[in-house]
Amino acid sequence: MGLSAGFILGRLLRLVLTVWAAVTLVFVAVRLSGDPLAVLVPPDLPDALIAEYRARFGLDASLPVQYLRYLAGIAQGDFGISFRTGGPASDLVLARIPATLTLAGAALAVALVLGVPAGIAAATWRGTAVDRVLMAGAVFGYAMPNFFLGILLILMFTLWLGWLPSGGFAGPASLIMPALTLGLAAAGSYARFTRSALLEVMNAPWMRTARAKGLSWRRQMLVHALRATLVPLATLLGFTLGAMIGGAVVTETVFAWPGIGRLLVVSVAERDLAVVQMIVLLAAATMAVANMTVDLLYGLLDPRIGTQRRQGR
Amino acid sequence: MSGAAHPVPRAPRRRRALPGGLWLPVAVLVLIVAFAVFGHWLTPFAHDQSNLMARNRPPVWLGGDWTYPLGTDRLGRDMVARLVTGTRVSIGLALAGTVIGMILGTLLGLLAARLRGLVDAAVMALVDLQASIPFIIIALGVLALYGNSLTVFVALLGVFGWEAYARMVRGGALSAHAQPYVEAARAMAVPPAVIDARHILPNVANLVIVQATLNFPQTILLETGLSFLGLGVQPPLTSLGQLLGDGRDSLARAWWLAVFPGALIFATTLSVCLIGDALRDRMDPTLRRG
Repeated sequence: MGLSAGFILGRLLRLVLTVWAAVTLVFVAVRLSGDPLAVLVPPDLPDALIAEYRARFGLDASLPVQYLRYLAGIAQGDFGISFRTGGPASDLVLARIPATLTLAGAALAVALVLGVPAGIAAATWRGTAVDRVLMAGAVFGYAMPNFFLGILLILMFTLWLGWLPSGGFAGPASLIMPALTLGLAAAGSYARFTRSALLEVMNAPWMRTARAKGLSWRRQMLVHALRATLVPLATLLGFTLGAMIGGAVVTETVFAWPGIGRLLVVSVAERDLAVVQMIVLLAAATMAVANMTVDLLYGLLDPRIGTQRRQGR
Repeated sequence: MSGAAHPVPRAPRRRRALPGGLWLPVAVLVLIVAFAVFGHWLTPFAHDQSNLMARNRPPVWLGGDWTYPLGTDRLGRDMVARLVTGTRVSIGLALAGTVIGMILGTLLGLLAARLRGLVDAAVMALVDLQASIPFIIIALGVLALYGNSLTVFVALLGVFGWEAYARMVRGGALSAHAQPYVEAARAMAVPPAVIDARHILPNVANLVIVQATLNFPQTILLETGLSFLGLGVQPPLTSLGQLLGDGRDSLARAWWLAVFPGALIFATTLSVCLIGDALRDRMDPTLRRG
């Protein structure tokens, strides 16, 4: 396809720079917050012991040396020791990844399966009651706090109807409510977005041609119109991921879902810095990779984008 | 905005308000604000005044009595008083956060457009950085590092969303700087700050106000979300999010403790969203989301 090696290399370089900037910023923020040792040891410890701790955590070296050690550590997957468990922070975080990925995948499926068809329906029956009801639903989804939605779902399906477990990570039934909670808000923005993107292309010349050729509605929509909205939808995918990472923090707490978001909340409450630092970096890296993927997707979906540079020369 | 950069005008994206028009969200919002401001006249109790003899009372229509019309929580604190204080704190914090973010973003956007060069690059780099990580993650990181105090919390709510104003104001200001009347003002040696205030700001004021109506509900959701997690507003002060978080623990026994604050949050964000949508359609149909 139309992706040039230079285009891909440029995006990769930007990815590395973004992650490096995030890593450095976290280092600066941690050092600015005061002596990291102050959180670790009781203040009335004898000086000799404090010096020993300082040496053990590598805090006796100069700042540049500490920074280089920190970079080298992260490059090797060493994110420090959790002082809640005493084990490596990375063990704690990595153990939680499957649960979070399961939830995010299911929520994304909810968003796509509900949002895109709703947007198509609203655009097709534009200005009718269908459009109005769907768009009102989308605004509701956008304004609804996900922690409240989660609680309403628990009230209804666990406490009143007794159909679904209220939380935990056991079997597909326990996935339904968290995925709905996290996915519905995104479904609202997908619906709004699909609708407006479709309305923009509806009057394009190629759509008129498709109608004039007497193509079926389904062929017009799925082959001609929807394809033109793929590039903007890919952008939205990148945005949604950010919203989902943020939403997962709250949703996982509501449903006692054993994922990274819940670990983050617990670690912040206990000020377990190594774990918090690793999760923040993980979120930043995930977003950077997602943005790069979206950029590359652009190039694949719309060959003009990936080759623009070459034409410009 | 810059006509040369976009020769083809974008089709206006209209969003439909709920049928029935705008009066309903405005009325709901007025009611909620009135409840926050004058609500303490509805009850003789303070929000943190507990009465251990009257714990876990249900609302009046579920078997409670008129001493506590909306019932009490597990410490016997009056829910009317708690909801009034919670609404006041949530709306107050969100307003403060929105105004701080608006001022910060507008000033930095104006500055970036006026000075260009390094300052511009630095501001835009910050904008990109903040936009690239979900803000709740940044907020949680800061809370872990610096601990929770009301000052840190308000600062976080203020920093949230500034980048959208900055990007928008910078864009508008850059095209305004190219206008003949701005050039004329510069030629007459009008000080840069006066040019910004008199000639640039009026160009972008509409956009800033519309952005504020988008930002306000998001700030409420951030505040209530963090307070819900127990990492925002700390007792004895309370907010709607904290009330909802408290109510979650007794969901099976007393659903109303969680549903009332949740419904108040939802009613507030929904009405502001609808008003903002209508404002945006009216003020600037070509506005794109930042």
